[in-house]
Amino acid sequence: MLNWMRWLPENVSTYGGEIDGIIALIYYVTLAWFFLTLGAFVLFLIFYRRRPGRRATYVQGDRLRELAWILVPVLIVLILDFWIDLRGAPVWAKVKGQMPPAELTIQVTAKQFNWEILYPGPDGKFGTEDDRQFDNELHVPVGKPVRLVLKSKDVIHSLFSPNLRLKQDMVPGRTIPAWFEATKPGKYELPCAELCGFGHSGMKAWLYVHSPEEYQKWVKEQWPTS
Amino acid sequence: MRESGAAVLDVHAHHAERGFWRTYVFSTDHKMIGKQYLSLGLFWAVVGGLLAHVMRWQLAWPETAVPGWGEVGPETYNVLVTMHGTIMVFFVAMPILLGAFGNFLIPLMIGARDMAFPRLNMLSVWVFALASLVLLVSFFIPGGAASAGWTGYPPLSAKAEYTGVNWGMDLWILAHALEFAAFLMGGVNYLTTAIALRVPGMTFFRLPLVIWQLLTATTLFLLSVGPLIAGAVMLLLDRIIGTHFYAAEGGGDPLLWQHLFWFFGHPEVYVILLPAVGLVLDVLPVFARKPIFGYRWIIYSTIAAGGLSFIVWAHHMFVSGMDPRLAMPFSITTILISVPFAFIMFAMIATLWKGSIRFDTPMLWALGFVAMFIVGGLTGIFNGSAPADIYISDTYFVVAHFHYTLFSSVVFGGFAGFYFWFPKMFGRLLSEPLGKIHFWLTLVFFNVTFFPLHNIGLAGMMRRIANPLEYEFLVPHQWINVVATVGGMLLLASQIPFVVNVVWSLLAGKTAPKNPWGANTLEWTAPSPPPHLNWGETLPVVYRGAYEYSSPEVAEDWLPQDRTLAARSR
Repeated sequence: MLNWMRWLPENVSTYGGEIDGIIALIYYVTLAWFFLTLGAFVLFLIFYRRRPGRRATYVQGDRLRELAWILVPVLIVLILDFWIDLRGAPVWAKVKGQMPPAELTIQVTAKQFNWEILYPGPDGKFGTEDDRQFDNELHVPVGKPVRLVLKSKDVIHSLFSPNLRLKQDMVPGRTIPAWFEATKPGKYELPCAELCGFGHSGMKAWLYVHSPEEYQKWVKEQWPTS
Repeated sequence: MRESGAAVLDVHAHHAERGFWRTYVFSTDHKMIGKQYLSLGLFWAVVGGLLAHVMRWQLAWPETAVPGWGEVGPETYNVLVTMHGTIMVFFVAMPILLGAFGNFLIPLMIGARDMAFPRLNMLSVWVFALASLVLLVSFFIPGGAASAGWTGYPPLSAKAEYTGVNWGMDLWILAHALEFAAFLMGGVNYLTTAIALRVPGMTFFRLPLVIWQLLTATTLFLLSVGPLIAGAVMLLLDRIIGTHFYAAEGGGDPLLWQHLFWFFGHPEVYVILLPAVGLVLDVLPVFARKPIFGYRWIIYSTIAAGGLSFIVWAHHMFVSGMDPRLAMPFSITTILISVPFAFIMFAMIATLWKGSIRFDTPMLWALGFVAMFIVGGLTGIFNGSAPADIYISDTYFVVAHFHYTLFSSVVFGGFAGFYFWFPKMFGRLLSEPLGKIHFWLTLVFFNVTFFPLHNIGLAGMMRRIANPLEYEFLVPHQWINVVATVGGMLLLASQIPFVVNVVWSLLAGKTAPKNPWGANTLEWTAPSPPPHLNWGETLPVVYRGAYEYSSPEVAEDWLPQDRTLAARSR
């Protein structure tokens, strides 16, 4: 129960490890504070419990010399805060900021209560005849960056892949980009993470990460003429 | 500003003839209004707790009938999720922490005979009762109560076709509007009373900290609620006359609501938290027999945290689709909030250092708050870090975090205050053994219920899903849901000693003396319970701050604010 890092599902994306790294950093920093503050708290409760004949010491804590006892820890908190954000900023930029160039772009449109997953086909362009739509199935090759174009037809949904450490809300009227690069072939769940109506529970797609050969085979099956 | 003693007593004599209705129902007495807020809040706490129980049952054993309720379908589950949140935040936390304690304590602790505007105060509680009625009715109308989450994000909340709920959603908005009106009236009263009606000698820097916290909370509410009211009007217009403020197809933007909601929403959580912190700050020194550590710095920290709470709202929106360049600035402001709160928590712990600590029931609850809030504060760092939040947001980790902060505020902070001031409120003593049993059971089962939610959240379980077994990756973790649910049931059962204690005390409890805890603040100089207008002919005069415990100037280990000392006085 206490080693929280073991509870995260297996990471299968290139940036997932860095997100886990930030979670781990915060985990160990907060765990240390937890034991320090709660330790001091419990020790004080034991040492300074009421005993006959002993009077509490009159300390107001309004002089800097007394205040230093908590101002110094507060200063350490501040430094750790900045450290966490300093380490976090590049990770955020990598996942949500400038996205790498990708050969494959897939459009995912959410609606109550399905994911419509649209491939541009061999010509690589949306809105042409070779587009193909799959409901609730996302097929990608391993080891290749994949761009997603996220849309919604009705209410707000959120595409969540626990294994990829990817989450992005999909908002009607907006076209929101996302990306990932999977590192391990397999079949992973893609639940909706934002309350979207009575069918929210159970709204999910499957992510198929294929080896390069398998992915080519899948493409050949779906677009046999090209 | 201050009435003469004789004039006041005239008023007193006049009021003494009030009948049942003017005393208990349409009362302008701040103490009765506080008790009315308390009763309404406790009623809603029972409703909200039972809704939580039905939710937890469904999560542990999906698609089995809940005893006494029946099967919970996904539509009903969404209603439960929505109404549990709405009730607990707006109809339990606010009326108890702000409404009840604010009304009861502010005049008594500053030496006022009542609020500055007693009739406005009565209107406040009755508008809140009306809000309660509207919310209650919404459960029983066709289509059922609101089901778009307590945050009510449009477009889901904006059109009946998306949820199947029509009138329920309109009543939900109406209940909020009435509730906000009630707390605006209360808030104006709190600020005016505390600024204008302080007794001679009660300077701002001699005010008890709970007053500072209540005033800061009120100010935050007054400053933040406007944008939400504007947002709610737009939502109502979208629903009723078909405007497009939040509808993308008409040029609106669903994210506008989120900005307005959270601009209010983050200060709102401090509206709940700060009064609880205040209650605890006032209980700790009494039972540690020691001045609070760093009084002025706690006030500055409180104001700093309040100010910061206005520039952090987008941390609820890291993955909402807003411009990703906004995330890091909001992440920095958010994590900075840990600085003033770290100061306050450290000051609480430092107050215990070299004290002479008595473990009476109010103290146990106050200490419980400190321990639990440390957990809730620390887990906030995970949510506040934008990259970590990509994974954490909308999972049960968030649910665990805000229950460790809000539940500990309302329950641990609230009970610290309740057990501490109960003798003053009702003139009776509570049973210490029953109070202690209540505390230990609640502490244990609170942790059994909510701690495992961190774990299942890290495993990826999403909020607001009705059936975790629909997801293969969650099936192996289902035992955690069972543990949390059993813990939740026992947590509810742990409140039985509390009910027994209160009923027994009111019927047959020992009469409370004026000052049972040996506390310094002014309310303990009035009789228990204080009569209408609180003090007899003369009001107390204040000579010093509220926390002069174990002062070297006197032999006793306490020195009330109103005691004159022959020698120099601080």
